[in-house]
Amino acid sequence: MSELSRGERWKVALAWLVVLVPAVWGVAQVIVKSAALFGR
Amino acid sequence: MPLLTFLDRDHSIAPAGFSRWRVPPAALAIHLSIGQAYAFSVFNLPLSTLVGIDHAAPDDWKLSTIGWIFSVAIVFLGLSAFTFGRWLESAGPRKAMFASACCFAGGLLAAALGVRWHSIAVIYLGYGVLGGIGLGLGYISPVSTLMKWFPDRPGMATGLAIMGFGGGAMIGSPLAVALMAHFRTASSMGVAESFVAMSALYFALMMFGVFTVRLPAPGWTPPIGAGAANRARAARAAEAPRDVHVDRAIKTQSFWLLWAVLCLNVTAGIGVLGQASPMIQEMFPGSISAGAAAGFVGLLSLANMAGRFIWSSLSDYIGRPRTYAVYFALGAVLYAAVPGVGRAGSVTLFVAFYVVIMSMYGGGFATIPAYLRDIFGVRHVGAIHGRLLTAWSLAGVAGPVLVNYIREYQIGRGVPKAEAYTVTMYIMAGLLVFGMMANARVRPVDPSLWWRGTHE
Repeated sequence: MSELSRGERWKVALAWLVVLVPAVWGVAQVIVKSAALFGR
Repeated sequence: MPLLTFLDRDHSIAPAGFSRWRVPPAALAIHLSIGQAYAFSVFNLPLSTLVGIDHAAPDDWKLSTIGWIFSVAIVFLGLSAFTFGRWLESAGPRKAMFASACCFAGGLLAAALGVRWHSIAVIYLGYGVLGGIGLGLGYISPVSTLMKWFPDRPGMATGLAIMGFGGGAMIGSPLAVALMAHFRTASSMGVAESFVAMSALYFALMMFGVFTVRLPAPGWTPPIGAGAANRARAARAAEAPRDVHVDRAIKTQSFWLLWAVLCLNVTAGIGVLGQASPMIQEMFPGSISAGAAAGFVGLLSLANMAGRFIWSSLSDYIGRPRTYAVYFALGAVLYAAVPGVGRAGSVTLFVAFYVVIMSMYGGGFATIPAYLRDIFGVRHVGAIHGRLLTAWSLAGVAGPVLVNYIREYQIGRGVPKAEAYTVTMYIMAGLLVFGMMANARVRPVDPSLWWRGTHE
């Protein structure tokens, strides 16, 4: 992405942030729940 | 600019300097939202006590009645993908994604009204029919766009989006639980309010996708850097086959072989996914609690999601036929080995085998658009993918029926519960062997079927 403008790079980062924040939250919930399987 | 003009295909063309890496988040925004459907079951129990609140009153709906909401939605997912696939190719991804957002959010709002009026028919029509149409439109709308932006890595690109559909339940489930806890009062389960809040939240996230998605300008080619790996990617991008129109594609043997490939892969996985919690508890009686079984289900969901990205990305390097050969061969071996692992009492191996099996189940969904693109080209792939998803509808019914029926039949014959899944596992392994045979027969289409249109 070296040919991209600084503004475009920010837009890329922001776009990923919008979807990754809820996705990471959801995955974290599952990992916490899955701990019960190994802590049985 | 009027909204409808903004949504036009021609107004979705990316300007110079636009990064293609903004398109996968747009696709993920749609798929993470509509993937909520897989978490709808968290509403089942609250919906069954809307009148009685802390117990089921005579006027409350039965769980079997509520279960149809999800089934109707999945049926309409398949029907709308089948029906609107061709329209999507001409209307462009932005208009299709907007229509999906309106239908999906509108379906949740209608379901909220159904709860208020205590009318199951309104919920069937709202979440099931309207929401289901939104699911189908949203599922296929970003797929062909991503493959146009990533001709050098079509598997990775579609894997990213379709991974979102698998991951949507992981957001939708805890979100629904948190919202119902927030809105619950002494006289209300908080379901209608949660539907309204989720409608607004998901509409906002999906509109982010609508505003972000772009189509590449005609003649655009991906930036390829120096180095042997990049040259190999460029060569793969240039290898894109000529396009085949959807009407011709569905008359080819390869289309129906791929239909069988998807159907058999999904049938083998979906039934087990639905029975995962009771299965692990019955195969290891006394050593797996209900909480640990729920953890097992969560782990399988995670494997299903991760497999969508990992396997479909790998397919860009080893090719689609080899990737499916791995799914079927490894899957058959693992399914055949599961009963032995159960008898040996090894929970760790059992979990590990199922994690791999579920990763390949997800991988099968995510790799199929790139497989279609390899055989039929990219131009009509959205419409062709829509037709192929009817295999999912059939598998969605056949898989659970197969697993449940065989289990009950075995138990009825006096087989212990721990052994009741043995025959099912061998049948799943057999289905995968048939899938391997279908995959081995897929061939490129005859050049006489290539599309000879001139526009774009």
